[in-house]
Amino acid sequence: MNFTESFRIAIRAVFANKVRSALTMLGVIIGVAAVILLVAIGTGVQGEVTSTVEGLGSNLLFIFPGKQSTTGGGSSFGPGMSGGKPFSLSDAQYLRTRLQLIDAVVPVASGAGNARYQNRNDYATLSGTTDQGTLVVSATLGAGRFFNRSENDAASRVGVIGYTVKTSLFPNGEDPLGRVITINGQRFTVIGWYTKVGGGLSGDQDNVIRVPISALESLTGNSRVPIMLVKVTNTSDIDLVRAQIKRVLAPKFSDQITVMSQDQTLGIFNQLLGTLTVMLAGIAGISLLVGGIGIMNIMLVSVSERTREIGIRKAVGARTYDILSQFVIEAMMLSVLGGVFGIAVGAGGAFALSGLVPTTVTPWAVAIAFFFSAGVGIFFGVYPAWKASKLDPIVALRYE
Amino acid sequence: MTKKPTTDALPKGAADTGRSLASQRENAFLGEDRRRAEWGRRLDGRRTVLEVRGVTKVYQLEGIEVHALCGVSVAIREGEMVAIMGPSGSGKSTLMHIIGLLDRPTSGVVSIEGEVVGDLTPNQLAGLRNQHIGFVFQSFNLLARTGAQANVELPLVYGGVSGSERARRAREALERVELGDRLNHTSGQLSGGQQQRVAIARALVTNPSIVLADEPTGNLDSRSGVEVMGILQDLNAQGITVVIVTHDANVARHARRIVELRDGEIVRDEPVPDRLDAHDEIIQLGMNTVGGVERARAAGDPA
Ligand SMILES: Nc1ncnc2c1ncn2[C@@H]1O[C@H](COP(=O)(O)OP(=O)(O)O)[C@@H](O)[C@H]1O
Ligand SMILES: [Mg+2]
Repeated sequence: MNFTESFRIAIRAVFANKVRSALTMLGVIIGVAAVILLVAIGTGVQGEVTSTVEGLGSNLLFIFPGKQSTTGGGSSFGPGMSGGKPFSLSDAQYLRTRLQLIDAVVPVASGAGNARYQNRNDYATLSGTTDQGTLVVSATLGAGRFFNRSENDAASRVGVIGYTVKTSLFPNGEDPLGRVITINGQRFTVIGWYTKVGGGLSGDQDNVIRVPISALESLTGNSRVPIMLVKVTNTSDIDLVRAQIKRVLAPKFSDQITVMSQDQTLGIFNQLLGTLTVMLAGIAGISLLVGGIGIMNIMLVSVSERTREIGIRKAVGARTYDILSQFVIEAMMLSVLGGVFGIAVGAGGAFALSGLVPTTVTPWAVAIAFFFSAGVGIFFGVYPAWKASKLDPIVALRYE
Repeated sequence: MTKKPTTDALPKGAADTGRSLASQRENAFLGEDRRRAEWGRRLDGRRTVLEVRGVTKVYQLEGIEVHALCGVSVAIREGEMVAIMGPSGSGKSTLMHIIGLLDRPTSGVVSIEGEVVGDLTPNQLAGLRNQHIGFVFQSFNLLARTGAQANVELPLVYGGVSGSERARRAREALERVELGDRLNHTSGQLSGGQQQRVAIARALVTNPSIVLADEPTGNLDSRSGVEVMGILQDLNAQGITVVIVTHDANVARHARRIVELRDGEIVRDEPVPDRLDAHDEIIQLGMNTVGGVERARAAGDPA
């Protein structure tokens, strides 16, 4: 008997018990869909971070308080590296006066606040930078302007709002420029707004209000600066500037600072995200394994139900291999069909979620999910099929 | 088979119309010696398709040895129609499983078409079953939810016959059991007698050396039973070797030779002196089905 025959027999068996087959597949569908979806989110976020960070230019240095090996061996990432005193605004100013070969030093802090205008409100991310923040923000102004140096120095209550904030507080095309909104009860004048950026790692990138970092301090009551960005004039000087930064900050922070280039930052982030993605995919993989056990269970039931059929087939000449392949192919068909549906569901889910989280369905994730589910079918199908193939034809024929 | 029509009990008119009945009656007048001599002549030069020699089968049942067969020797020659008869528990099914290469004897030799099957692997035995043996079971054993033609094709599938050839041969076999118009009917859509005829077609389709039927009428009403026996007799008349396992003496009388088992031993092995012809029984039962009457007419009914 050839493969096509086994295949036809398997198809008939799968379709003979439609509900049971569908339920059995469900385990695999959920597992594969979960793998596809989680990997899509992981990949999507990674891609977005990469493009955001790269959009800032390759001549940026990130300074974090605390020590972190560039290989990512530390316990955490980014703002809040292990140990280390946080920076303050004066550290940024000091650095600015002591460094050469740079365009700007930008301290960055963030918080969250409730913005209100008339009876409308919006809970938004507050991002504080100096007036040179434009150098490290990749959004485009729709109208108005960024705050200037004197506003920054005076801690003026002015803000540039993201597109989501604009549409929440000023629907119907109302012009926000010059309007006074309240943020956590304090009055701020809107001096500009950004066009839509889209996507977002931790929520909506457009749901942001950019204010002078000095003004943010009075909003959050927190004067800590978790990160400083340094824009180097020429990319070729980046290592020089890095050494300079360390030297300048050494008297106050000794070696408790971390200076990373864009590449290094991305490297650590990607490593972390990669680990997270693998972990999540692993958990999803476990559900795929559970789906496989479901297949094994149903195949064992199927074999015992069809003992007589196996006896008949053997009596008329089926060999061990014929019975074995019939049942393995049946199990594989369940898992592969489940895999295909799972990929469709996972990709559909990724598409549906793409408004909330960046998602990217990569071909390799699809390929791995497909072959893994097929493998699950073979692995969990072999034992029941082997049992079937070893049945004694006389016993099988007598089976009621 | 509850009805027991015998040659003597036949109504006069019916008896006169059956050609084979007449020859049977003639047969009955022959002496035992002459009958055996004629039997020998009939089989002269025919090759032995299947032979068991000194076969024993011992089952272990909770530590107790059950001797199901105690040294059975039988040779079946091409074109024979043999009934293996005996009361329940006498070892008929055990013998049939061994003849059918489904089981191995504890000792003794089994050979089919001259090949001794002693040390063959299960897969090799499966190949021989596929090639040489056609099974007909008491409970039909058709695949559920599968059409008649697909059922009949099954042995060809495992025999590696290609799709179109398979379909052609399956249809041909179904026509031989007069089910050419029921190709796609599943078990649920066929009567018991029809199901057994599908099973016979399945047994035939590979052109086996032997068709083995284990209580083929056991699950049928008497009328369908006679029809099935008629088909087996027709097939035998066309040269097919048939072995029927039965506990019923009247079923056995449709064969040409009876091998009687008792407690695992052969106590009788001789030609049937008063063979029943299923077609005569069909007429006698006053049936107008399954072409039985037509066949009987064609066979010599002047009316
Ligand atoms: N698998 C088995 N295990 C133990 N004893 C068996 C088995 N099969 C048959 N027997 C015994 O062997 C004897 C012959 O059985 P069987 O061939 O089925 O007889 P029959 O078909 O003539 O009724 C019986 O005594 C039966 O109980
Ligand atoms: Mg029996």
